[in-house]
Amino acid sequence: MQAAAIKLTDLTVAYDRHPAIHHVSGEFKPGSLTAVVGPNGAGKTTLLKAIIGLLRPAEGRVELSGVKHQDIAYLPQQAEIDRAFPITVLDAVLIGYWRRVGALGAIDARSTERALNALDAVGLSGFAERPVAMMSAGQFQRALFARVMLQDAPVILLDEPFAAIDTRTTRDLLELVRRWHGESRTIVAVLHDLDQVRDNFPEAVMVARECLGWGATKDVLTAENLLRARQMSEAWDDEAALCLPAKQA
Amino acid sequence: MPYDYLIAPFAEFAFMRRALVATLALSLGCGPVGVILVLRRMSLIGDAMSHAVLPGAAIGFVVAGLSLWWMSLGGFVAGILVAVLSGLAARATTLREDASFAAFYLISLALGVALVSTHGSNVDLMRVLFGTVLAVDDAALLLVAAISTVSLFALAAIYRPLVIECFDPGFLSAAGARGGLYHLAFMVLVVVNLVAGFQAMGTLMAVGMMMLPATAARFWAREVWPLSAIAVAIGFTSGAAGLVISYHLNVPSGPAIVMTAGAIYVVSLIAGRHDSIIARHWPRAHLRA
Repeated sequence: MQAAAIKLTDLTVAYDRHPAIHHVSGEFKPGSLTAVVGPNGAGKTTLLKAIIGLLRPAEGRVELSGVKHQDIAYLPQQAEIDRAFPITVLDAVLIGYWRRVGALGAIDARSTERALNALDAVGLSGFAERPVAMMSAGQFQRALFARVMLQDAPVILLDEPFAAIDTRTTRDLLELVRRWHGESRTIVAVLHDLDQVRDNFPEAVMVARECLGWGATKDVLTAENLLRARQMSEAWDDEAALCLPAKQA
Repeated sequence: MPYDYLIAPFAEFAFMRRALVATLALSLGCGPVGVILVLRRMSLIGDAMSHAVLPGAAIGFVVAGLSLWWMSLGGFVAGILVAVLSGLAARATTLREDASFAAFYLISLALGVALVSTHGSNVDLMRVLFGTVLAVDDAALLLVAAISTVSLFALAAIYRPLVIECFDPGFLSAAGARGGLYHLAFMVLVVVNLVAGFQAMGTLMAVGMMMLPATAARFWAREVWPLSAIAVAIGFTSGAAGLVISYHLNVPSGPAIVMTAGAIYVVSLIAGRHDSIIARHWPRAHLRA
């Protein structure tokens, strides 16, 4: 697998001019396994969406090397997916082939075989023909991981992949993440469980609108940084002044 | 006698046979389109679009009288115009698409009614609004059949991205696909199928053939293509039954067909296989695992 890197330069992403990510710079190195942590409303999801190009930077830029943004595998939070939609688990997983087959390409027997194997790998053997509406949140999350497997992407972004997932499933899926890491894929995961981050993720980024730390996990998840993150005000300041570059201010 | 009542009208009259074939063609095109509209939570957009085609049909009527081609072309242009304008308004402002659709179709409908009533008799207005089986001549039949054929092929071509976009809207945009283009292509299909419907069903009733079978099908199937197949079957059954009712009771064909589809919907709602009232309140015995 060709290792790919993501470089953020002075990245600001704003909603209605209020920044959710404010002047963040740093690099996700090729083949790195990084956790993004921070309080609610800190801009973690915004950061991921800016990387894949779903949100446009208000300032600064995202540079990708070794991967096009269309080829990044992105696992969204479940709330963004219509889980009542009438589709079988197998079809939902096969969506992972979209970049290869497009609107009209055929999905051959071997691809289907690989999809079934991916379902086995996430512990969903026998679920292929079930409607997704009949799965629990945890089972559905496993199916989304199977879809990411089929996407076979050099960069994988996971948005709260273990929210509302039981311990055993989390352990299985973490194992899968480690396997991807072993295949030199660049992985970024938004997470809340700090012990889990310390145990499994060599690198971490802490954001609270601004970037509070970026580097080896033990250097980032310090008591001091966590305190600073907690002090972030979630509310917008409607009277906030314009943010001007230092040289003009 | 069942024969006299059910078969004889079709055996005796060519216009009834043509109308029957037209409803079959209509249900083939409208069924799957309606299913996807329901799944995209755009059930009422179909309704809005059916009103939107009226002024175009009316302008066609003013230009060339009761001409199939002019009225169809006019309806098509008006429908596309409303779809595109609503889409643009929704993207250019914070107004949601349903609100801008409502605004544009109301303007469109008022314009259409004004045009028809100043330039034609009330009988003409009734015909455009409610349709008549007598309108289905060979040319109309060919038009309806051609539209269903094209729309089935077109739907097959954009089926995969449409389904993905309904299920996981973020996926396609993350993969760099032009979700908006597929959406627009789909709206064109909605419009052409409504145009196909309004000859036999009238502009107000054409949408019934699209939405009622699709909504009823939700109680019988759990995947997109079985839903479509069932919607087609329900559409055709309502078409055939509605024509018979229309013939015997002398009511306009459009309302007769839509009321039949409505009856099938109510039965499905009460007694359908999945999530119907009976299925929810008197569940079948549960299994061991």
